[in-house]
Amino acid sequence: MRIAFVNTLFEMAKKDKRIMLLTGDLGFSVFEKYIQELPKQYLNMGVAEQNMTGVGAGMAMEGKIPVIYSIVPFTTMRNFEQIRNDICYQNLNVKIVGVGAGFSYGPYAHTHHGLEDIGILRTLANLIILCPGDPIEVALATKAVLNHIGPVYLRLGRAGEPNIHKTIPSFKIGKGILIEDGKDLTIIGTSTFLQRAWEVASSLKEKGLLVRLISMHTIKPLDTQIILESARKTPAIFTLEEHSIIGGLGSAVAEALAEANVPVLFKRIGVPDRFSKVIGSQEYMRRANGLSIDQIIEQISSSLD
Amino acid sequence: MEKELKKIARNVRKNIILMSMRAKSAHTGGALSCVEILVALYFKIMKVFPKDPQNPARDRLIFSKAHDGKVLYAVLAERGFFNKKILDGYEQDGGKLPGHSTRRCVPGVEASAGALGHGLSMAAGMAYVGKQDNKKFRVFTVLSDGECDEGSTWEAILFSGHHKLDNLTAIVDYNKLQGYGFTKDVLDLEPFAAKWMSFGWEAKEIDGHNFNEIIGILSKLPLKTGKPSVIIAHTIKGLGGVPAHINQVSSQYKPPSEEEAHEAIKKLKIE
Repeated sequence: MRIAFVNTLFEMAKKDKRIMLLTGDLGFSVFEKYIQELPKQYLNMGVAEQNMTGVGAGMAMEGKIPVIYSIVPFTTMRNFEQIRNDICYQNLNVKIVGVGAGFSYGPYAHTHHGLEDIGILRTLANLIILCPGDPIEVALATKAVLNHIGPVYLRLGRAGEPNIHKTIPSFKIGKGILIEDGKDLTIIGTSTFLQRAWEVASSLKEKGLLVRLISMHTIKPLDTQIILESARKTPAIFTLEEHSIIGGLGSAVAEALAEANVPVLFKRIGVPDRFSKVIGSQEYMRRANGLSIDQIIEQISSSLD
Repeated sequence: MEKELKKIARNVRKNIILMSMRAKSAHTGGALSCVEILVALYFKIMKVFPKDPQNPARDRLIFSKAHDGKVLYAVLAERGFFNKKILDGYEQDGGKLPGHSTRRCVPGVEASAGALGHGLSMAAGMAYVGKQDNKKFRVFTVLSDGECDEGSTWEAILFSGHHKLDNLTAIVDYNKLQGYGFTKDVLDLEPFAAKWMSFGWEAKEIDGHNFNEIIGILSKLPLKTGKPSVIIAHTIKGLGGVPAHINQVSSQYKPPSEEEAHEAIKKLKIE
C-alpha cells in the first residue's frame, strides 16, 4: 500500500508544485526517489509531530497542499489537538497520512499499533476518512485525496498487501464498492481488512454461502445507501476491520443501521477492547485477537446458526 | 507620534475593559499587558490593508495567545478592519467575537488559536512558505509566557531556528503571570532569552509598554540575518485596568464590575 501511495503522490507532486510532503523523520527506502527529484516539495520535520501538523496548517494557509506522514499513532494521536484545531476547525487543505494500520507493526508492541485512529478522528467535523483496502484502492484514494479541497485522513497498511480488485474500480469518496454480490450475507471490509473480508468470503463460498462483499474505503462520510441496500438484500451484515471494536467501521455501520430501523442480523468483528499481552507478526496478532480467517468464519457461522 | 499611539492605546484599553465588563469575561489582564505591542504592530510596523484584509502582500500576525482575543479585536477595530460596534458582541449570544480569536471571525484575524502552543507552528509554516517562494511578507506571532510551557512551542522554536526563518518574529508578552501563579513559581522560564538563542534565534528584551522601545526594535527586523527574531517584552499584567488586579493572578479571571470599569476608564483619560 505504501508503494502505491508514494508512487501516486510522486506523480501528482511532479505536476502540482503546491504539494508538500512533510514526514516525521521516517520513510527509509520509501521516499528516496521523491526526495531526490522533488527536494523542494519535501521536508523532514524531525520527530516533532505536533509542530509538523501546525506547520502544515500554516503552509495550507499560504496555498500549499501539505501531506503530513508518519506511523498511525504519531500522526493521529500525538497531534490530535493540532488536527482538531489547526486543520479541521480552520478547514484547511492538509492531508494526514497514517502508515501501519492495525497490527502492521505487530512485533513493535501496542505503542506502534494503529487501532484507535478511526474512532477518534471520526468525531472531527470537516474531516474525510479514507481507508483503502488494497494497492489499487490506495492509488485511487491518493489521487482523490489530493484532488479534494479540505482535510483528509488517509489510513494505509504497510507493504506487500495483495490487490483484491481484479480490475480498476470506479472510486468516489463516500461511495462503497460492491466487489461481489450474494444473497446469504453481507461482509463489509475496510482498510487492511478488505483482504481478510475477501479471504473469509471465499472460504464461505466454498461452504456454499453466497456473500455480498463490500469495500468500505470511506468511513466518513459513510455510504449509508449501500449499507441499507445490503440490509434489504441479505439477512445478515458483518463488518470486518483491523481496528478497535469501538468507534471504527463497525460502530459507524451500527449507527446507520440502528437509525434506519431495518431488521437485519448485524455483528461487528474487530479488535477486542483490550491491550494485547502478546507480540508477534501481523498474522500472529490477528489470531491472538480472534481475527484469523478460521476464527472469523467461526464467529460468522455461530451468529448465523 | 508617541502621543498619538498612546491615545490609540487608551481607546483600546477602554474597549477591553468594556468588553470584559459586558461579557463578565476572564482574560482581561493578559489583554491589557500587550496593548502597546499590538498597537505598535498594526499602526507602525506591519504592512496591513484594512480594506483588503487578505491582500497577499500583507504582513501576517498569528495571535497565539488567543485567550486574550479582545485586545486583537479592539486593535483591529481601531485600525479600521471592521466597525467598532461589533465589539459589543464580544462573548455575547450570537456575537461575532469568540473569547478565543478565531480565523476570519472578523476581517484581519488570520488564525484560530486558543489551545496554547499552536500559534508558533502555524506562523513557522507560513514563514517557511514565504521564504521558499521568495515572498516579501513577514510573519509575526504574539505568544504568552504561559504557552512557553508547552512542548509544542519548543518544537516550533527548534524548527524555526533550524530553517533560519528570518522573516519570522515572535513577541512574548512576558507579564510573568500565568494561569494560576507567577511563572517563576510555576515553571520558571529563565534564562528565557538564552533558551531561545540556544535554539538558533536572535533575542532582545524590551519594556513592552514603551512605544519607543517597541518600535525601535521592531524597525530593525530581522535582529540578525539568517535567524528568526524573538522580542521578549517585559510587561505588567492588567496594566491600566482595575488597580486591585494589576500584577495579580486575579487579573486573569475577575471581570470589572460596572463601577470598577468606569473608574478604570476615567483613570485612563487622566493619565
